[in-house]
Amino acid sequence: MEQFAPVKRSKDGQAVQYLIVDDSVFARKNLGRIIESFGGQIAGEAGDGLTAISEYDRLKPDIVLMDITMPQMEGIEAAEKIVQKNPEARVVMVSSVGYQENIVAALQRGARHFVQKPVKPEVLYEVIKYVLGEDGAVASAAGAGA
Amino acid sequence: MKMELIQPFINAADAVLSQGLQSPMAIENLSMEEEAYRFKGVAAMIELSGDIEGRIIFDLAPKTAARVASHFAGTELPETDGLVREAVCELANQVIGNAVAVLNDQGFKFRVHPPALHTSEQGPKSTEDTEALVLCFDTADGPVFMNIALRYHNPTAQASAVGA
Repeated sequence: MEQFAPVKRSKDGQAVQYLIVDDSVFARKNLGRIIESFGGQIAGEAGDGLTAISEYDRLKPDIVLMDITMPQMEGIEAAEKIVQKNPEARVVMVSSVGYQENIVAALQRGARHFVQKPVKPEVLYEVIKYVLGEDGAVASAAGAGA
Repeated sequence: MKMELIQPFINAADAVLSQGLQSPMAIENLSMEEEAYRFKGVAAMIELSGDIEGRIIFDLAPKTAARVASHFAGTELPETDGLVREAVCELANQVIGNAVAVLNDQGFKFRVHPPALHTSEQGPKSTEDTEALVLCFDTADGPVFMNIALRYHNPTAQASAVGA
């Protein structure tokens, strides 16, 4: 897999922490591989919206990657609940059902961005940088191991 | 079954498979089926309800499923690995999600149900209303079958969506 210049947290230079939420183990593993190629770290995983809310409270990750269609509680509702309680939360929806109505609903209810599955690593990389804004810094390739 | 319903699924399968397998693919065979569908191996079925109703089955022989899953995972997976079945479900999810996005933007409203894995030999029989179209995609990892049986549930939605 292509390696990207690592994106670190500006405040402490540490790896960006991610919570991956998807009911498919396969999809979670794939997303995990992609964010590791950005120098990110998997803080935790969840297979449904309800677990995502409790895992967010427990882990306080920098970014949540959230699927939409999931059992128990769907992703848009979970994103809304997380953002209501934690306005600083950065939730990026990652779903194959990327129709306009869904995208608008997700953004209106607190998601910061939407990425269509199948995920193109280069697209997610740009979205992550955009969503982190000044809280993220791209390390030089030479400093990748630092 | 109308072509305007089928085309988004063909386009989505082409896009998802070509990107995931990083090689071009082609439709090798296309047929209509009224008899009960006989599964080839690892099959995931997704049901739709709403303005359009029916189901789509994604089906791969076990060896092909392992090769495709390995490609998507970026690491070699044995046929027996549970991740292979997960991968087929996720593949079906992505193809159908992408097709549904196109149909939804055309005005059709419906719900996509989570994928269900099939291990039995025979699938559901099609009816006169939901005659199934079976497509065989020729990929570098082997044939991938997509069995589509859909019908309009709400004729008003059909008229407004097609006219949109």
